[in-house]
Amino acid sequence: MELLSELIFYCFVVLTIGSAVVVVFHPRVMYSAFALLFTFFGVGVLYLYLAADFLAASQLLIYVGGILILIIFGVFLTSSIMSLEILQETHQRFIALIPIALGGIVLLSVILSTPWTTTATTEAVPTTKLLGRLLLTRYLVPFELASLLLLAALVGAMRLARYFRTEE
Amino acid sequence: MTFAPLLLFFLGGAAVVFAAVFLSRLLAPQNPNPVKNSTYECGEETVGPTWVRFNSRFYIVALIFLVFDVEVLFLYPWALNLRDLGLYAWIDMAIFIVILVVGLAYVWGKGDLEWVRLRGSSAGSAREE
Repeated sequence: MELLSELIFYCFVVLTIGSAVVVVFHPRVMYSAFALLFTFFGVGVLYLYLAADFLAASQLLIYVGGILILIIFGVFLTSSIMSLEILQETHQRFIALIPIALGGIVLLSVILSTPWTTTATTEAVPTTKLLGRLLLTRYLVPFELASLLLLAALVGAMRLARYFRTEE
Repeated sequence: MTFAPLLLFFLGGAAVVFAAVFLSRLLAPQNPNPVKNSTYECGEETVGPTWVRFNSRFYIVALIFLVFDVEVLFLYPWALNLRDLGLYAWIDMAIFIVILVVGLAYVWGKGDLEWVRLRGSSAGSAREE
């Protein structure tokens, strides 16, 4: 059972990383956007393995169901998408290597210096109800503030969208 | 694993899709001819490229959708606790939704939900630039 679970985990790791590679390297922007679907989905499954089921559900609902649609519409809005000559290219590979190397060194040193303690795996429990209870009682103010934040995001995004539309 | 049923659900869904495609390939008679193989779109040959630039209105509606998508996400943990917390939880969510309805009223009032704009020049269908 444990082995099967691990096997499935690695399948989804391959799916996530593989589709992420497609996102970065595919020359057509549209296909990159579609590959992003599998990356988001794979990340959602990884959340499940961390026993964060609500986060996994929100990943599916918000990223796969919402943000990805937005990205695909964004690609559709690209001015010369029909010419199919708009391909992704990579420029300045050698200059890009420097920040990548620096970031890689930092990541590696963090990975090596962190004491990775392993604990016995406990059975994951559904967290949604617990989260809801905390949100409605102890964290009520942040919860209501979240709706204010959403309101601000909506109004701000609409203002910007309208601004750019009148420019056209 | 607690979430194994979820995996089975997804596998079942995928299996149904693949079975439908595979079975129709297996069972359907294969005798193609040029007319059958021609591209079919509502009985018409397509004119011009099919990759058109979308109207930006789709993007704006998707943007509005995203905000209310996040709102719906918060409804799930709330709904699981509604029976225990009762009226208190109901009022909490009512405040939450009323704040967001202000946003809905804003986009409605400003005419962002109007698909065809009567004033201004950008009226038209999705196929228009």
